[in-house]
Amino acid sequence: MSKFKKKKGGEMPAVNTASLPDIVFMLLFFFMVATVMRQNTLMIENKLPQADQVEKLDKKDLVMYIYAGKPSSNYKSTFGTEARIQLNDKFAEVEEIPAFIAAERASKREELIPFLTTALKVDSEANMGLVTDIKQELRKVNALKINYTTRKGNALDGLKN
Amino acid sequence: MAKRSAPEVNAGSMADIAFLLLIFFLVTTTIETDSGLNRKLPPIDPPDDTEVIIKEKNIFQLNVNKNDALFLKTGGEEKIIQIKDLRAAAVAFLDNGGGTGPDACKRCQGRKNPRSSDNFDKAIISLQNDRATKYKTYIAVQNEIIAAYNELRNREFERSFPNLGMNFVEADKRYSDPRTPSEEKANLKDKLEEIKILIPQKFSEAEPKKSN
Repeated sequence: MSKFKKKKGGEMPAVNTASLPDIVFMLLFFFMVATVMRQNTLMIENKLPQADQVEKLDKKDLVMYIYAGKPSSNYKSTFGTEARIQLNDKFAEVEEIPAFIAAERASKREELIPFLTTALKVDSEANMGLVTDIKQELRKVNALKINYTTRKGNALDGLKN
Repeated sequence: MAKRSAPEVNAGSMADIAFLLLIFFLVTTTIETDSGLNRKLPPIDPPDDTEVIIKEKNIFQLNVNKNDALFLKTGGEEKIIQIKDLRAAAVAFLDNGGGTGPDACKRCQGRKNPRSSDNFDKAIISLQNDRATKYKTYIAVQNEIIAAYNELRNREFERSFPNLGMNFVEADKRYSDPRTPSEEKANLKDKLEEIKILIPQKFSEAEPKKSN
């Protein structure tokens, strides 16, 4: 028996995969931290228009969301193809906006109410008539700070498609 | 007695479980778009009798029809305008500085056309759209008008505070960033206010027309 055994030739050594779980966990934690769960299930098409003069909405808890757009394909048969408003998880009429705003305000601390912003997430194909109606309702309940939520991009390119 | 060690748990499937979770979070992640154009709506005032008289030359009257075409009435001329020319037209209008005497505009660098706006403070941009106008057109128009204001504000900010090394938009971003130290914020606030008073955003939206 020789002390220096000859290595078995030919076969490749297997790659050590012991650190694979660590790598995967690292990725997992990244995505867990970065994930923001959607608050509302969208029942409408919501392709936001593009703009480049945007400002960031910082305080997420001080934002009320109003969605508008055409009902998505599974709701078309019941709700038609005309653009509609969605508040929380259901379709709503324009007249329901004041009640929605009041409910949102009631859920916030009183001193924060003046800082509440209404984010309008409106589909780019929607008509201005609907948006104007929403704005009128917001003016009636004195929710004057609004934000037209947009994607970042060149506004003129967004018009073409 | 023989020492019995606890049997080792097989950790071979840990990677699989982690992968499963990873894929779940990958799929549910939505990069939230939480930026947009901030605007302020006018409050509903009880109708009062005080009528404000605005000279026609100080109004940049913009009309968007149901086919998303833009019609512009300003400086004594009426024309159809392409949206790509809107920003330059708005800047030319705001920067015109046609005022004389007490209305004279010291910082305007425009053509001083007497039929266009007097100064930054007097100039009003008015927008009217049709109920059938597409929302994306409206956003594009809004974007171009804000861009025109920002362009002028940037210029004046850099002229007023050249040693700051940033323009109005950057300064505003820095001001609203929660990580900025408070003494810098206080310093920026006065400067931003000064420019905002110098070039106020006077933007009015008329009630939309109904088309048939």
